Amino acid sequence: MAHAGAALARGGYGDAVMTATSAVSTLDQVMERYEAVIGLEVHGQLLTQSKMFCGCSADYIGSPPNSNTCPVCLGLPGVLPVMNRVAVEYTVRSALALNCEIPEHSKFDRKNYFYPDLPKGYQISQWDMPLSLNGHLTFTVDGEEVRCGITRVHLEEDTGTLQHAGDILQQARSSVVDLNRAGVPLMEIVGEPDLRSPAQAREYLVRLRQILVYIGVNDGNLEQGSFRCDANISLRKRGETGLGVKVEVKNMNSFRAVHRALEFEIVRQGRLLDQGQTIAQETRGWVEAKGATISQRSKEYAHDYRYFPEPDLPPLHLSAEFVDRVRAALPELPQQLAERLQREHGLSAYDAATLTAEREDARAFEALVAAGVPAKVAANWLMGEVARLARETRTPLHGSGLGLEGLASLVKLVEAGTINGSTAKELLEELYLTGGDPAAVVKERGLGQVSDQAELERLVGAVMAENPAAVADFRGGKEQALQRLVGGVMKATRGRADAKVVTGLLRERLAP
Amino acid sequence: MTLTRDQVTHVAMLARLGLSDEEVERYRQQLDAILSHVDRLQQVDTSKVAETAQVGGLVNAWREDVRGECLPVDKALANAPKRRRDHFEVGAIQE
Amino acid sequence: MSRGTVSELGARLRSGESTPAELAAQARSALVSLESLHPVLRYTDALTERQAGRAARMLAESPQQAGPLCGIPFAYKDVLCVEGVETSAGSKILQGFIPPYTGTALQRLLEAGAVPIAVTNCDEFAMGSSNENSAYGPVGNPWDASRVPGGSSGGSAAVVAAGAVPFSLGTDTGGSIRQPASFCGVAGFKPTYGRVSRYGLIAFASSLDQIGPFTRSVADAASVFTAIAGYDPRDSTSSPLPVEPVAEQLVRGIQGMRLGVPREYMAEGLEPGVLSAIHTAFAQLEKLGATLVEVSLPSTEAALSTYYIIAPAECSANLARMDGVRFGLHVDRKSLTDTYLETRGQGFGPEVKRRIMLGTYALSSGYYDAYYRQAQKVRTLIAEEFDRAFESVDALVCPTSPIVAFPKGDKSDPLSMYLCDVLTLPVNLAGLPGISIPCGLSEGLPVGLQVIGPRLKDARVLRVANAYEQATAWHTQAPPSPGAVTGTPS
Repeated sequence: MAHAGAALARGGYGDAVMTATSAVSTLDQVMERYEAVIGLEVHGQLLTQSKMFCGCSADYIGSPPNSNTCPVCLGLPGVLPVMNRVAVEYTVRSALALNCEIPEHSKFDRKNYFYPDLPKGYQISQWDMPLSLNGHLTFTVDGEEVRCGITRVHLEEDTGTLQHAGDILQQARSSVVDLNRAGVPLMEIVGEPDLRSPAQAREYLVRLRQILVYIGVNDGNLEQGSFRCDANISLRKRGETGLGVKVEVKNMNSFRAVHRALEFEIVRQGRLLDQGQTIAQETRGWVEAKGATISQRSKEYAHDYRYFPEPDLPPLHLSAEFVDRVRAALPELPQQLAERLQREHGLSAYDAATLTAEREDARAFEALVAAGVPAKVAANWLMGEVARLARETRTPLHGSGLGLEGLASLVKLVEAGTINGSTAKELLEELYLTGGDPAAVVKERGLGQVSDQAELERLVGAVMAENPAAVADFRGGKEQALQRLVGGVMKATRGRADAKVVTGLLRERLAP
Repeated sequence: MTLTRDQVTHVAMLARLGLSDEEVERYRQQLDAILSHVDRLQQVDTSKVAETAQVGGLVNAWREDVRGECLPVDKALANAPKRRRDHFEVGAIQE
Repeated sequence: MSRGTVSELGARLRSGESTPAELAAQARSALVSLESLHPVLRYTDALTERQAGRAARMLAESPQQAGPLCGIPFAYKDVLCVEGVETSAGSKILQGFIPPYTGTALQRLLEAGAVPIAVTNCDEFAMGSSNENSAYGPVGNPWDASRVPGGSSGGSAAVVAAGAVPFSLGTDTGGSIRQPASFCGVAGFKPTYGRVSRYGLIAFASSLDQIGPFTRSVADAASVFTAIAGYDPRDSTSSPLPVEPVAEQLVRGIQGMRLGVPREYMAEGLEPGVLSAIHTAFAQLEKLGATLVEVSLPSTEAALSTYYIIAPAECSANLARMDGVRFGLHVDRKSLTDTYLETRGQGFGPEVKRRIMLGTYALSSGYYDAYYRQAQKVRTLIAEEFDRAFESVDALVCPTSPIVAFPKGDKSDPLSMYLCDVLTLPVNLAGLPGISIPCGLSEGLPVGLQVIGPRLKDARVLRVANAYEQATAWHTQAPPSPGAVTGTPS
């Protein structure tokens, strides 16, 4: 009911406003009257070396068309699939990270339909005995805890890719098929329809993606299609418990697209329901350029997948030992990691969350702390300067020339008082991409911080003598004048003076 | 239970088999006869039996995640009825 | 035609009397002279030459390592993929298809130095019991050209029966090796399911298909079996258990063995001539020291229905890849859907279309439980009944086919054709090893004796068959010259 509250708070939407703004409702208005019921289906390609059922590479991006194929993934007559053990392990790992049960018995099934990107005319997938069931993902949105059920996580093979003449499927007179991707291991994660808003849907995806990246099974790349999402959404009047007509939404290639598409659907369906119309149960595609979903209903004959057990693949019996081994090898999950960093290093919840958003950042943080850098200092560097540089250069720390080691070395130079903060920032910027040994560079160029008391006193005296107006201003009560004097000393030392010491010395000398 | 013409055309479409009207009727009769025989299966009491999953009794037949050799593009496309450069070509997917 | 066995030809090669190239040429001529029976679809001349050369080198350089199949000419069924050789599965839809890879069984034969001469005719996609379903024309039986050789491996059976090659490879899904072996008077062996890799075999029914040899002696069948059997990592259904050595078991005789006769197999509409030959064979087995015992396989009657749900269901999916996109026939139309419909409508023959539709129906929404699931349950019953029988007997003996080779065109009704396999298809459903060996003639046409063993007891099956064969002379009987018509038309 938060949305209804917000609408009221905004200035009292009431019947008067409804009639005044005509029949076209806004998202907030729709959400006042209707509850959105959203379930998400995610497909994630697994980071295995080879495809699901043959030895072709699972890393096909950039390969010339049809150069990453073999008789098996081409679906030639006479070939047979052979299961990739690591793909099974990664799926079980993911399922455990999502709190699922792993039944002892599982199998593959054939899902039969005709399409040019499906070489065998069937996809090897899982139907009634999937690798896992009954999990959940818990997260927080707008301060509210959301527990989204996970119906199942199963394993299947990806299809090839199609390119349509003119790029629009509906109008293309011909299309071409590339089977490089056919057979890549694909994990399907089906979420329960427990999500109630586009914001919740988005956060679910962010969390899910984060977990999969953390545990090393997926690279989280929505643009390249290694992490894909489809949504099912229906509306019902607030207070009702039955389910409305479900619409499937596809072709959302970013989290933002998911959010926008779901908002669009809520408004579209809400308006139709307000007009007393029924929602068509259909598949709709998100069209980014139009900011709308478009019906994909075609002359497609109804799919009857005629699932039956895959006779070429013996079933799976996953023992408790196997599951325990996979569970034991599970890396620390983002939530656990964030909690631990708060506990062990006294980080705030916000800092912990920021640092654990990407696993590499958390790793960097722990490495810096292990190297002797105080927790808060390490956190500030990583969340501040390093994050900025990583964004600007599009290069993460672990891929940069300086690297974690270089950063640690730099930060320790600051902590030791060898250089000051601004020198460090400059060096970081300079060495980030090219790399280099900060200690050596400091020595070479004489960038060491000037902290010799006598030297600083001499400089302070000189600057005070050269800036009588500033001295007078400060003594006259203008605090800012101090900064001009500090600035003068910094300039004289080409920024290498220890600013704290200089400030202290100036205050002493300026004191009446 | 007699197999209807509609059932035959439905199944033929699921299997993407183009049949003439005459063929539809011919197959309807033949399939109907076969199904009548096969329907005897319903009389067998299988209440206490599990389906055969794998007649060989094998389980967990998997391989290690190792890369093998791919076919060179020309070999992969050697049998292609319609080839466009290095792709397989198909007609209009949506009419 | 020499009608030499593998061992006889092998001796000729080692003594220097013949070279692999000479044997290959002789076999090729012999096959050409059979053309009126149409058992061959194409000759593998380039491969023949390469392999003959390879075999000659193997015999010259390391005659001790060279196995019994080195330099031996053979033919194989048009459903087995060999790199660079057209493989069409007896169908128009794969006309011109050249596989870019070689299947495991053939690979093993080539590595053993065997010399392929020709690709044999068969029922389209191995579906049939008479080799009348080939898109390239029917095959004639060497014993009587107006009659069928059996199917689906009719071509492979005929070339061995006619003496052109000492062995050939066929495949058996519901009886397609054993039944033609029975019709043509040769040995036809179907190994335990999973004993021979299916990688490279154009799939008909994945849980039932097996590759096996046709030969004129059980010892030769054992040699070929030994060469091709064994675990293959490219076939997930292949058994990882080591292959029991056959040679030493082969000649042990059957003294003291208990052989079961399934009551239901003796009642299945057997022709009197078949029944008589079988009874004589049973007497012979007893003379050799075996005890024959009646057993019961009560679900035998349900086996036909079970098979004709499971096999079509699996084949309906296996044949979906024939869609005109990556290989094979392509009938060009503006829309993809029309291309699918026309390509598959024109490319598949009637029997194949029937089975695809039957299978699609059995799997379709609303029918899966009643048909497919039920069939897989009855299958369990059938397998359990065999297991129970084997608790009290070492092997089963029975006829291979209730009838002898029938005239072409006789069984135009699909169901009547299906009934040909009632005695063979339960063996596939249970995944057991089975062999057919000649045990007599009925009105001039061969009768086959079937031996069935427990799973993985291939050596035992060959042993029983060998004991019978060596005590009789049926395996040495040759058909009259090709083209002759014998036997009383039915």
